[in-house]
Amino acid sequence: MIVYILRRLFYVVPIALAVSAVCFALVYLGPVDPLKAVLPADASLELIEKLKVDYGFDKPVPVQFAKWVWRAAHGDLGLSLATGRPVREEIARAISNTFVLAFFACSFGFSLGIAFGFVAGYFNGTWIDRVVTGFAVTGVSVPHYWLGMVMVILFSVILNWLPAMGMGAGGSADWAWDWEHIRFVILPAITLSVIPTAILARTVRALVADILTREFVSALIAKGMNDRDVFRHVVKNAAPTALAVMGIQLGYLLGGSILVETVFSWPGTGFLLSVAIFQRDLPLLQGTILFLALFFVFLNLLVDVIQPFLDPRIRRT
Amino acid sequence: MSITLRALAAFGLAFACATAGAQSVLRIGMTAADIPATTSQPDSGFEGNRFTGITLFDGLTQWDLSSADKPSVIVPGLATEWAADAKDRTKWIFKLRKGAKFHDGSDVNADAIVFNFEKVLKKDAPHYDARLVAQTTPRMPTVTGARKIDDYTVEVQTSEPDSFVPINLSNLFIASPTAWAKTKSWAEFAKAPVGSGPWKFVRLVPRERLEMEKYAGYWDAKRVPKTDRVVLIPMPDSSTRVNALLSGQVDWIEAAPGDSIAQLKSRGMQITSNPYPHTWPWQFSFVPEHPTADVRVRQAMNLAIDRDAIVALLGGFAAPAKGAVPPGHPWWGNPKFDIKYDPAAARKLLAEAGYGPGKPVKVKVQISQSGSGQMLPLPMNELIQQQMKAVGIEIEFDVLVWEALFNNWRIGAKDPKSNGAHAINVSFATQDPFFAFARFYDSRMVSPRSVNWGWIQDPEFDKLVAASRSSFEAKERDAALGRLHARAVEQAAFLFVVHDTGPRALSPKVQGFVQAKNWFQDLTPISMK
Repeated sequence: MIVYILRRLFYVVPIALAVSAVCFALVYLGPVDPLKAVLPADASLELIEKLKVDYGFDKPVPVQFAKWVWRAAHGDLGLSLATGRPVREEIARAISNTFVLAFFACSFGFSLGIAFGFVAGYFNGTWIDRVVTGFAVTGVSVPHYWLGMVMVILFSVILNWLPAMGMGAGGSADWAWDWEHIRFVILPAITLSVIPTAILARTVRALVADILTREFVSALIAKGMNDRDVFRHVVKNAAPTALAVMGIQLGYLLGGSILVETVFSWPGTGFLLSVAIFQRDLPLLQGTILFLALFFVFLNLLVDVIQPFLDPRIRRT
Repeated sequence: MSITLRALAAFGLAFACATAGAQSVLRIGMTAADIPATTSQPDSGFEGNRFTGITLFDGLTQWDLSSADKPSVIVPGLATEWAADAKDRTKWIFKLRKGAKFHDGSDVNADAIVFNFEKVLKKDAPHYDARLVAQTTPRMPTVTGARKIDDYTVEVQTSEPDSFVPINLSNLFIASPTAWAKTKSWAEFAKAPVGSGPWKFVRLVPRERLEMEKYAGYWDAKRVPKTDRVVLIPMPDSSTRVNALLSGQVDWIEAAPGDSIAQLKSRGMQITSNPYPHTWPWQFSFVPEHPTADVRVRQAMNLAIDRDAIVALLGGFAAPAKGAVPPGHPWWGNPKFDIKYDPAAARKLLAEAGYGPGKPVKVKVQISQSGSGQMLPLPMNELIQQQMKAVGIEIEFDVLVWEALFNNWRIGAKDPKSNGAHAINVSFATQDPFFAFARFYDSRMVSPRSVNWGWIQDPEFDKLVAASRSSFEAKERDAALGRLHARAVEQAAFLFVVHDTGPRALSPKVQGFVQAKNWFQDLTPISMK
């Protein structure tokens, strides 16, 4: 097992390098100057050339890339071009805000998704299944951005029940786990949870429907096992796959959603990424993408490590 | 503690709470995606100067933002008077205001002023900073340095005689050297900035909010804020801004989108707008082999468009342009060519230039899909295209992303990467004569120096630019700029289309706001009902 984990950790190195190289290349392939973040829009070509020297952008791109990778390997992601603040600090602040949002979105989405999935799976082919499947298809298809705006118009603008944006009256610096602040997270969390709910519901429904047709379930029922114990066996068999799906969805949620965080002005990683893209803030963009990519890899690794504990068959293979 | 003492303490506490609760707060939803830099030289363009420049800091000079009717002009700020040296016009003497203090209590004196010039001009100074340079030097292109004459007199040096200096210097914001010296870092200074402006820094939550409170000791008693506190909140998404205003999370939003105005009004919001120094034009190429090199074609194009229809397209939140600045502006200059909608006159001019029904003029224009200050570029340009077609001008668009359009603006019409374009659609500020005129008409301002995109190489324009730069009395300078503007209109150097009116939406609680004809607005007279 330890060798397996070490091998998976070793894979992270080429992934990180590839992600950084792609980020670097994308920024340079675009039509925009890397100094856009610090320059007024109408700055002359003369000033741009002068500042390129000051910022080291006159060096060959491979040299710039190598320097950045070297510093990143030592934990220094550099300073944001636009704000001059350390990228590490910016990411840490944003990830903690996204974590709050993801926590609520997961709690809501996973519990609802699993519940819907089991109900639809158990009542496979009935009207209940069709209703749940209909909701799931709608959930996967509905655009986040649109749903968020509709909910804001309904619950904030018309009914005035919940806040339309932000992370509390004093911003994320004053966040507390009380109702005054939690009410700010409700709309973005519901918006963000719709797709994971739908995906999980569809996955669990298919798993449960499949497991219920297996011979061992018929054998358990034939032996006179009660429904609750049969259900327990179904859960145990569905858990590894459901867990893998939840891991991927958790990764997406913790990565932050650019659209949802922009609509709700939620200061998380998605919002940070969108700002970095629009400002062409190269160090911030690279740092954020690298961090998120590594985070995603780490989550997948975590799921891979947990799965064998839930399903002995995986251990045997 | 006796019962009486306890009662008194409880009463005192209750009174303090009530007083704190009564504090008036103005919350503003900005269009910027982040709080503009608080280093003393804001980023995010003029929105940055509007919210973290003129609020926290002062300049030597500043804009008069007190009137909604009169053109906004430069007035004394931390300097009470200034004049160019009669013997050497590359030197200016600024007399400083006595008694002005930074928020940390230190004096605003000549040392502080020189320190702030050095932060962007003296490369070997410990407080020189490339990021501040980037935000400042383009706005004061001829200023080279400053030195102290005495405690309240400063000499400012320029690379050439330049009468625009007092206007340019409104962009240099004066920070407290004492506050900088505590950490010797502008990044650290930005966490708790200290200026001498009417608002004092309270708290910054990066990317989320900036809180400022009134500075009761501000040197201009008339501009001591009437609101206790201002909170700035970045909201780049226009729908988010509208929803935040309608749900009561903010009291003021910038750039209210046209399609939300009716809804905002129906919910009792105040909509304010006023034309300000902004122009939405097409900048023409004067490259000899291009059709737009012929003044008759340029004039015909200016007569071919119905600006009222374009204003209607924008929901009324624009003003038809008759030049880079409107009639009545100090730089208007009474041009002889009247820009208006006259398709018959346009056809006549085209016929004189050798074009007609069988031989249309073909003009290629580079435009963007969106962009800051570009209003609604696609529908506006398509409407212009239809109107031009009606008089025999065929417009072909080369649509680029906003940043790419800016890059092409910098390289000029002669560069092969400009793809043979005859005009380019980049809106711009006309607040400052360098940005409104000099960079377009001065023959030296071609790429890479600036954005004389169309390669105007006209000795008459050069003479007028030089005359306006060397007219050192404000009235004389304005008259010279008027002559320059008149020639720009007569030569139809641009297709002058509309001026933006900067619509804002304010909650009914906001009282006393005067929307000046300026990119900047004064928050000090505002009170909250």
